[in-house]
Amino acid sequence: MPKSLFQKVWAAHTVRQLANGQTQLLIGTHLIHEVTSPQAFGMLRDLGLKVAFPHRTFATVDHIIPTDQLVEPYADPLAQAMMDELRKSCAEFGITFFDRATGKQGIVHIVGPEQGITQPGTTIACGDSHTSTHGAFGAIAFGIGTSQVRDVLATQTMALGALKVRRINVTGKLRPGVYAKDVILHIIRVLGVNGGTGFAYEYGGEVFDRFTMEERMTVCNMSIEGGARVGYVNPDETTFTYLKGRPYSPKGAAWDAAVANWRAVASDPGCQYDDVVNINAADIAPTVTWGINPGQGISIVENVPDSAQAKAADEKASIDEALAYMKLKPGAPIKGTKIDVAFLGSCTNGRLSDFQEVAKFIKGRRVAPGVKAIAVPGSQGVDVLCQSLGLDKIFRDAGFEWRAAGCSMCLAMNPDKLVGDQLCASSSNRNFKGRQGSPTGRTLLMSPVMVAAAAITGSVADAREVFGVSQN
Amino acid sequence: MALAKITSITGRAVSVPGNDIDTDRIIPARFMKCVTFDGLGEFLFYDVRKNADGSNKAHPLNEPRFQGATILLSGSNFGCGSSREHAPQAIQKYGFKAVIAESYAEIFFGNSTGLGIPCASASREDIAKIAAAVERDPKTEVVIDLVAQEARFAGQKVKITIRESARDALVNGRWDPIGELIDGLPAVNALAGKLPYFAA
Ligand code: SF4
Repeated sequence: MPKSLFQKVWAAHTVRQLANGQTQLLIGTHLIHEVTSPQAFGMLRDLGLKVAFPHRTFATVDHIIPTDQLVEPYADPLAQAMMDELRKSCAEFGITFFDRATGKQGIVHIVGPEQGITQPGTTIACGDSHTSTHGAFGAIAFGIGTSQVRDVLATQTMALGALKVRRINVTGKLRPGVYAKDVILHIIRVLGVNGGTGFAYEYGGEVFDRFTMEERMTVCNMSIEGGARVGYVNPDETTFTYLKGRPYSPKGAAWDAAVANWRAVASDPGCQYDDVVNINAADIAPTVTWGINPGQGISIVENVPDSAQAKAADEKASIDEALAYMKLKPGAPIKGTKIDVAFLGSCTNGRLSDFQEVAKFIKGRRVAPGVKAIAVPGSQGVDVLCQSLGLDKIFRDAGFEWRAAGCSMCLAMNPDKLVGDQLCASSSNRNFKGRQGSPTGRTLLMSPVMVAAAAITGSVADAREVFGVSQN
Repeated sequence: MALAKITSITGRAVSVPGNDIDTDRIIPARFMKCVTFDGLGEFLFYDVRKNADGSNKAHPLNEPRFQGATILLSGSNFGCGSSREHAPQAIQKYGFKAVIAESYAEIFFGNSTGLGIPCASASREDIAKIAAAVERDPKTEVVIDLVAQEARFAGQKVKITIRESARDALVNGRWDPIGELIDGLPAVNALAGKLPYFAA
């Protein structure tokens, strides 16, 4: 019987059934960072356990790391304590740590692919919900909690129930000025923030066939914002080309064998999905969120909703709550909303292609007076590539601050924070209340090029107009 | 390590209404700068509960009549957002022993179950009935019965549901899977040996 990639990978990694009906699933690759692992190491020590397969866990530091201070000790003693703790635990348990000194440090979801650790047909777990990013390679990648980090450290497995699979086809061609970020914001808008509960999302169709790995990662990254714990794209030539020659990619004869396995793991033609959704690429416009969850998005030419038009009491309440928090006028255009901060970066849009694309448009232009604009490469690797192409200079000349690699203002556990009720045009993935470090701070999610347009004009803008992107 | 068999939870309840209450709301990220989970309870719902100067905002958890509640009532897609176990940890450390909501985000549900916090689902109407009873008399005792799969309060009874694997794990005292996972290690080793990418 034809099978989906999810079913194949799940079967290949099933150790056994547990008493409660869940599966003990082998996790091939475990990624850890400083925020969700220290308590797990503490639990291991309390239980007197060892790490079962230290060579299958890789650590990096991303969330708390300052992007404007390279030298330790960090100004924030709590951040330094977390850094020390991770360093100590990795040394104690024999785990590879991509510390800053290695030149490989960065956001965990950027480092894995960049190093060739993220591979098709594997299972990946990380104490971070955006682990779904790695699905871009045809891996089944789960965000997990700290107790499960403990489970994976101690046994390289975790207890899990199988997911259903929803195939999402995006067919046709994206219009000029529409990016991968718009595709996923659109999908979440259509299917809802909890539409994916219980599902793995398999993305496909012509748009995904054409997408680069970086674009696929942007979409898979935000699967969790649609409630899907796992999102993936079947591996193909684009995947193999990306992986070839990376530090942890197989070499020589092992490479050929691996590619053969990777080809075979893709979903079989004619396999059964639990649900299928078709989206026409031409229906997708540059998308911006107006509310306090990633499903509250509209196209740049639409108006912010007015709860008076809401059909259900529920919908009315959620619109009212969001607009009150966002301080936006019901029914008003989103275009023209004044911004205070522009943030480029995060595991959604902090890769080379994101900065390359923006650089094309901001060259010779200036950030609007009064707007604080920061560009934060997702990893040291991305930073080095950008610098070698002179992109950092283009950003600086345009009035952006060019920072060191990390999560930065995506969740503001480091010093990069909104102040008061500042409004931020952000290329990150969450617009929850208080997400960017100020309890009253406001976030509008959009593609990097839309962030750039907002930075340059000082307000939410249609990047296609600002940058003269022809619609023909 | 024998785990408690969690067959029922009895206690007073408090309603924190709303849909899509995310983990950043449950525990804002800045309180995650910690290397242990101790002390997280005081930061539960911090930004909706406290003003910038630390004084109280109007919030159910700040009302004296709801102090000591051990059952949290809420809406749909509760716990969406990040995978941070800090969220259920904060809920537990604050003193809650169970949640009744319309539905839950996947990772939050799993994290909570693993800590022995039953996350029961009920219909919006039934949750409203419990909330109304608690509003009338905050001392109302609510019983979440995981065996009968019902909640009882103030002489009323409503149906609750909870995913069978989680219910089984809770009532049979195997909600923390670590022991069972360790028992499987020989099989883990055998399977790992068969996967080419797993080799050292
Ligand atoms: S960039 Fe943002 S979403 Fe991604 S791992 Fe860091 S904090 Fe999480």
